[in-house]
Amino acid sequence: MTAIARRRVLPGFRATLSFTWVYLGLLVLIPLCGLFLKSTSLGWSEFWETALSPRALASYRLSFGASLVAAGLNAVFGLLVAWVLVRYRFPGRALVDALVDLPFALPTAVAGLTLTALYAENGWLGEPLGALGIKVAFTPLGVVIALTFIGLPFVVRTVEPVLADLATDVEEAAAVLGASRWQTFRRVIFPSILPALVTGFTLAFARALGEYGSIVFISGNMPMKTEIVPLLIVTKLEQYDYAGATALAVVMLCASFGIILSVNLLQRWGRKRLGFEV
Amino acid sequence: MLARIAALALFLLAAVACAKGDGEVSLLNASYDPTRELYDDVNAAFVKDWQAKTGTKVNIKMSHGGSGKQARSVIDGLEADVVTLALAYDVQMLHDKGKLIPEDWQGRLSNNSAPYTSTIVFVVRKGNPKGIKDWDDLARDGVSVITPNPKTSGGARWNYLAAWGYALRKNGGDETSARELVNGIYKNVPVLDSGARGSTTTFAERNIGDVLVAWENEALLLVRENGRDKFEIVVPSVSILAEPPVTIVDRNVDKHGTRDIAEAYLKFLYSDAGQELVAKHHYRPRSEAVAKRYANDFPEIKLFTVDEVFGGWTKAQKTHFDDGGVFDKIYEPRK
Repeated sequence: MTAIARRRVLPGFRATLSFTWVYLGLLVLIPLCGLFLKSTSLGWSEFWETALSPRALASYRLSFGASLVAAGLNAVFGLLVAWVLVRYRFPGRALVDALVDLPFALPTAVAGLTLTALYAENGWLGEPLGALGIKVAFTPLGVVIALTFIGLPFVVRTVEPVLADLATDVEEAAAVLGASRWQTFRRVIFPSILPALVTGFTLAFARALGEYGSIVFISGNMPMKTEIVPLLIVTKLEQYDYAGATALAVVMLCASFGIILSVNLLQRWGRKRLGFEV
Repeated sequence: MLARIAALALFLLAAVACAKGDGEVSLLNASYDPTRELYDDVNAAFVKDWQAKTGTKVNIKMSHGGSGKQARSVIDGLEADVVTLALAYDVQMLHDKGKLIPEDWQGRLSNNSAPYTSTIVFVVRKGNPKGIKDWDDLARDGVSVITPNPKTSGGARWNYLAAWGYALRKNGGDETSARELVNGIYKNVPVLDSGARGSTTTFAERNIGDVLVAWENEALLLVRENGRDKFEIVVPSVSILAEPPVTIVDRNVDKHGTRDIAEAYLKFLYSDAGQELVAKHHYRPRSEAVAKRYANDFPEIKLFTVDEVFGGWTKAQKTHFDDGGVFDKIYEPRK
């Protein structure tokens, strides 16, 4: 530690690290400890009974499943949007750029209401889709769409700066050395943006897991079918069952933490294997 | 920079202190969602009345939200002087979970502490194309029913209990037939919105469902605002007497020294002027004189109370709506 500190130009490692701990402690660790403590007021068997009830299981499936699909969609199309924004200059580019951030700014309840109105059976999009036999509002598909909407900015905004930094001469070098377009993309561009892409994916996924405001409008909240975990937590609170609510929250938290941690580890392993410095 | 922030903070503190020291009393009323318009009017009338009587100016602040959420906020420290919620169960929790009010709170004001009542009725599309007349029709095949989720909405619990009580009354107290009717109704529900207003939107704006089960005050508001050419109200033969209770929050009024004015505020709801406003906003008034004047708005229905049929809210909540209760059984996967 001292060896590292000595080589730094700017001093203050100790001060900044202690501040980091205090800051994270106050904002993240203490509330989470409270959550865990509250859930221990349930007995062990009661905890599992709450956490593994058929309704809870159905809601985990929907919450994790829909969040994964939405984050996946955003990874693919977000990359495309980022590419277009970085590599091309076209009229209306500033507008597209601003549109990307809109899901951040819009209150999620407004987003939920708007999407529901749009995709309901009498909505602009719901009606033609309904004629094709596709129902969106009040189905898991509607949940996926709402989650994709709110997660859109994450991938775009994490990939964009990395793409912008990627010098085009690397691509030219690849082309000169005889790489096909596909090879250039797969071997040269993709590995460099992969970490940012994975980060964006993880952020979008994490954001989707916690989303409540927009989903309660579009999902229809049918037990066993379109109930997300946050809704189930709210129904527990309606019964003043604080401990039961925290039990579900603890499950969510551990699962999300596990997923995010393993994505990060996987990414480190991948970068090492590809020979990037960690 | 720091000095400037400190100066600003001091200024704000001073401003707050001045506002308090002005001889003005303020009162916070935590209420549920559909009472917004009612309390706008009631507050304005009470402020005038109180100033005329005592010379003091009172400033009434409102907080609206789902009934259960409001009760939890007060338990967790929202310093409301009075609560005016959707059901007695939520108010009871202020005692059970927070010890903020005495056990016998409901006997402190007349009429079970509910200065106004409502009931549950149906709204159907113009001309009543599905021929809906009573609760049994809601369980028929091919009828789509809109009602919110009883797990998250107080209003939805009244809807559910109204159907249950109707079936009990019709079949001489037979629980099995009540269960069948309620099962049949929820099988016909395509969307369970999280609150009563959400269901109204689903029915009126999204055009989903043949019948909306709703508070009478919400139904009257909907029909009046959307014109009578789109919707009709159907009154069932039997329904439930919904008694949204009010009470002062003892711990908070004692802390603020607002007990007198808070009590006066709630009593004002029972006064002639208060009852007139209540009726104007489509709640059923307790005062018979006022009720007579608004007889056209409120048709006579046979009404039963939660205490008569279910033995009180705490019991009804536990049997029907808590996890593993009768409502959950409807959606449990069949083996």
